Amino acid sequence: MDISTTVNGEQVSGEVEPRQLLVHFIRETLGLKGTHWGCDTSNCGACVVLMDGRPVKSCTVLTAMCEGHEIRTVESLEVDGELDPLQQGFHERHALQCGFCTPGMLMTARALLDENPDPTDQEIRTAISGAICRCTGYQNIVSAVRWAAEHESATKQEI
Amino acid sequence: MQTPAPFEYERATSVEGAIAALERLGSDARIIAGGHSLLPMMKLRLASPEYLIDINDLAELAYIREQDGEIRIGAMTRHVDLLKSELLARRFPLFRDAETVIADPVVRNRGTIGGSLCQADAAEDLSAVCSAAKAQVVIRGAEGERVVGMEDFHVGPFMTAVGAGEILTEVRLRMRRGAGSGHEKVERRAGDWAIAAASAALWVDGGTIDDVGIALSAVGVTTIHLTRAEELLRGKPPSDELFAQAGVIASEDCSPSADGRGPIDYKRHLAGVLTQRALRRSAARALSEEA
Repeated sequence: MDISTTVNGEQVSGEVEPRQLLVHFIRETLGLKGTHWGCDTSNCGACVVLMDGRPVKSCTVLTAMCEGHEIRTVESLEVDGELDPLQQGFHERHALQCGFCTPGMLMTARALLDENPDPTDQEIRTAISGAICRCTGYQNIVSAVRWAAEHESATKQEI
Repeated sequence: MQTPAPFEYERATSVEGAIAALERLGSDARIIAGGHSLLPMMKLRLASPEYLIDINDLAELAYIREQDGEIRIGAMTRHVDLLKSELLARRFPLFRDAETVIADPVVRNRGTIGGSLCQADAAEDLSAVCSAAKAQVVIRGAEGERVVGMEDFHVGPFMTAVGAGEILTEVRLRMRRGAGSGHEKVERRAGDWAIAAASAALWVDGGTIDDVGIALSAVGVTTIHLTRAEELLRGKPPSDELFAQAGVIASEDCSPSADGRGPIDYKRHLAGVLTQRALRRSAARALSEEA
C-alpha cells in the first residue's frame, strides 16, 4: 500500500506492506538509524518517537497508521549543529554509557518537557518508566532531564 | 524479528463505515484501536486476522462527557485522557487510581478503553474498574445499538458480548449520590501486568451501603465479579470488620494460577488484602462525598 506521512517536518511517501511496523519504516525505508529497535514487545522504550507530539513505541504502531500524522525522531533534536538542551544535558550529566536506550529516553523526555517544562524528579521518573536503561541506574538520566529543564527555562527567559 | 503475518489494512472514516467493513469482510476482520494488545498478539501468532480495520481516525469516539446523569466515555478515549480527566477523578476516582499503574505513560498514549474492554484479558485493569463501577457499554451494529451491563459483557476469557459485525462505541457510568471508589494493584515493576488487582465502588446512603461493586484482575481466567461479597455488604454500614469479611470472600472466590508472578496461595492472600484496601478507600471517599 502507498503511504504518505510527515517525518521530522518533511513529507515522505513510499510503498509499504500493511504489516510493516513504524520502527522498520523509519530505520530501513527512511534510513534514520537513530531510532533503536529493541525488545519488539513495547516494553523497553528504545524505539520511542513522537506521533503528533506524543511519545509512542514505534514497534507497536503500524506504518499504515501514520498516514496523515506527524512523526518526530531523535534526528530532529539537533538543529544546525545546535544540540537540543536534552542532548546537551545527557552529555553534561553522563546520562548514557552504551547509548542503546538514549534515543527513546531523549524523545520521551522531550515530550515531557514540552508538556511540563519544570518537572520534579518523580515526574521525570514516571515519564521514563516505560523506558529501560541497563547501564546508568537512571539517576544520571533524571539529572540530565533536570539539567535540560533548567537550561531551557533560562534560555527562554533570555529571549 | 517479530512481525505480524500478512493482512490487508483499511482505515475507517466513520463508525458506520467500520461496521460496514466488518460485515463485508466477515470473521477474518478485526477492529484495531490503539493496537497495544492486538499487535503483540499478532506478532506471536496468537491472532492472525486477514483484515485490520483501523479506527484511530474516529475522533467522534474520543470523548469523556456528562450526559443524562451519566458519564459517557467514547471507545477511542486513550488511557492518558482517562488519567487526566478531572470529571472522572471527581466522580469515579478508581479510574485515576488504575490509570496511574496501567502499563507505562508511553503505552497509555496509544491504548484505549474500548480496546482494553474488547481484549477482555483478565489481567487487564479497566475490565475490573468498569465492572466495579457498574458500567454499561454501548455496542453498535448495522441494526442499531444495544446497551449491555458489564455483568453480561465478559462471556469468557478474551471473549465479549460484542458480536459479528458489531463494535463497542461507548462506556456509560451512572452518577449516583454518595459514591466512592478505588483501585488497588500490586505489580512486580513499573509497567508490568498485575500480580493481582482489586476494584471497588460503593454508594452510601444514610450511613449504609446502598450499592456496591467489587471486581478482581489477574486472579482468574476472566475478570472476577465478587457478587457474594457484594451481597454481604449491601444494606450494612461500612466498617473495617465488614471489609475484612469481604476480603476473605475475595480470597475464596478467586481462582489464580501459579506463574512467575507468584504461587496460588500468595495471590489469594493478595486478592483479599487488595479487596479490603479498595473497599476502605472507596468508603473513605464515599463518606467524604456524603458529608
